[in-house]
Amino acid sequence: MSIALTLGPTFFHWPPDRLRDFYYRIADEAPVERVHVGEVICGKRMPFSDPVWPEIIERLERGGKEVVLSTLAMPTLPRERRAIEELCADGRLVEINDVTALPARAGQPFVAGPFLNIYNEATARFFIRRGAHAICPPVELSLATIGAIAMACPDAAFEVFAFGRLPLALSGRCYHARLHGLHKDSCQFTCEQDADGLVVETLDEQAFLAMNGVQTLSAQVQAVLSPPAELTTRAIARLRLSPQTCDMVVVTQIYRALASGEIAPQEALVRLGGLELPGTLVDGYARGAAGVLAAASA
Amino acid sequence: MTAQQRMELVCPAGTPATLRAAVTAGADAVYCGFSDDTNARNFPGLNFSPREMAEGIRFAHGHGSKVLVAINTFARAGDTDPWRRAADTAVACDADAVIAADIAVLDHMAQNHPKTRLHLSVQAAAATPEAIGFYLEAFAVRRVVLPRVLSVQEIKALNSAIAVETEAFVFGGLCVMMEGRCHLSSYATGRSPNLNGVCSPPEAVSYDESGQATTARLAGFTIDRYDPGSPAGYPTLCKGRFTAGGKIGYLFEDPVSLNAGTMIVALKEAGITALKIEGRQRGKGYVSEVVRAFRRAVDAAELGRDSVEIEGILAALSEGGRQTTGAYRKTWR
Repeated sequence: MSIALTLGPTFFHWPPDRLRDFYYRIADEAPVERVHVGEVICGKRMPFSDPVWPEIIERLERGGKEVVLSTLAMPTLPRERRAIEELCADGRLVEINDVTALPARAGQPFVAGPFLNIYNEATARFFIRRGAHAICPPVELSLATIGAIAMACPDAAFEVFAFGRLPLALSGRCYHARLHGLHKDSCQFTCEQDADGLVVETLDEQAFLAMNGVQTLSAQVQAVLSPPAELTTRAIARLRLSPQTCDMVVVTQIYRALASGEIAPQEALVRLGGLELPGTLVDGYARGAAGVLAAASA
Repeated sequence: MTAQQRMELVCPAGTPATLRAAVTAGADAVYCGFSDDTNARNFPGLNFSPREMAEGIRFAHGHGSKVLVAINTFARAGDTDPWRRAADTAVACDADAVIAADIAVLDHMAQNHPKTRLHLSVQAAAATPEAIGFYLEAFAVRRVVLPRVLSVQEIKALNSAIAVETEAFVFGGLCVMMEGRCHLSSYATGRSPNLNGVCSPPEAVSYDESGQATTARLAGFTIDRYDPGSPAGYPTLCKGRFTAGGKIGYLFEDPVSLNAGTMIVALKEAGITALKIEGRQRGKGYVSEVVRAFRRAVDAAELGRDSVEIEGILAALSEGGRQTTGAYRKTWR
């Protein structure tokens, strides 16, 4: 069984032109089977990106990619809840990131995203019975744990969050607004200034976290670089690569070469390290340790 | 659900002695958990053995109080039995309700103990009519503990759209992140609320005293720094001082705790059924004092007294620490 690659949803507030350029290039050049589109973090951003998604989806599908419509991780406003309902009614595959979407998608296939709390096989089976056919578990789970769930649930494809700044937390409060002395309701979209998120350092100037509006991510960049045999042994079917501003086509090419056995993990680590990344590479979570631990070359 | 009955005061108990103190101080209900990682306050020396739980419940029932048992972490993959056993034990101890977040635990309760009330833990982060409707339909939950990110106006709108009781935090520790969806602790330390029932765990904490300052660290990361002589706080990750974009400060939340005492009347008007005090890690002296004050405040609110009078009743609790009404006021965001 070969390992499939998924491009996860973009967490950051990229302007429409940037989104269009990014996904057109992915459509043409990136060796990934599946691409997630849509706003996941903040409903206030949706009016900006909504107009460009149809053309992006069309281009991706023409490029042979399977498109998944990702839905909001923390909907609150009626407008946001309506948007989820509409996306769930679309014929395409959707990614559910909050239980809010479950009733609207009941019985139809969906991807269970990393913002859902699927920590064990009993919960995974429950979601599979409701239509989950792919599951990307929470990022803090180890490969061994994800493997234990996957082995017990042969009816779903399990996906590991393998590249990108780690989505660590969501809040009702917008940290970009707070940093700029504003409130969420009049935020002026300052998150747009930080296309990879804004790094948060300790008082000792150690890079630690990154803020992205209501979301907190890691400052460091996840890089799970397991050899394909290990993933297959654990019944892990897919790797999720999360968009950053570095050359994502090259990132997908590196993971494709790794997943097909063309290059070793050590070589993949060296190649990733040569890119302009927003942080150092980590993989502690995959090893069942603190997420911030530096990536081992397997 | 828009509740018109008397609001219930739900109080924390980390030990049998604290349970008795909370009951004696006027708690309508006490919540507590077993001494293992099935509950979200899994700290050394805290919580209940099955026998202590049974005795505590007997004591509470004898005094007209209820006991709600929190089994609110997420069951371990490949080893979910301890969570099911904890649920079975809570029911066998005659618990008035089980508080759960994990679908594995909720499903087990709904299938095997349909007569025991099921409360949806704040760790499930259910904040919309659709999400709450799902938990109601799938598991017949009787009450939902609301995430600490909703404003009072939003709570009111939510309550008018759902057919289930809601419980809101009113005092104690304040999660600034949406509960149950925060991995900050495991990112730094390897242990987290969802995985282990702990946040910013004590074994990862260190204080480094140099000539100029005391530095509070978590797993080696500097969380805050204090001048010599000023008291150093516990390095809870989201309440730390950091730098970003050239600014230094408490970028996520100040080192404050929640006190929504002034909003009891508003919360009642918003349809809240129960008010929850956080603090299962607190001693019985603290719990007694807080419960006694909130008992008087809630009774005053029920008698239609205004928030100024209620503020007066709770004034003593605000000494010695900074407080916030949190997300209940929209400007918090």
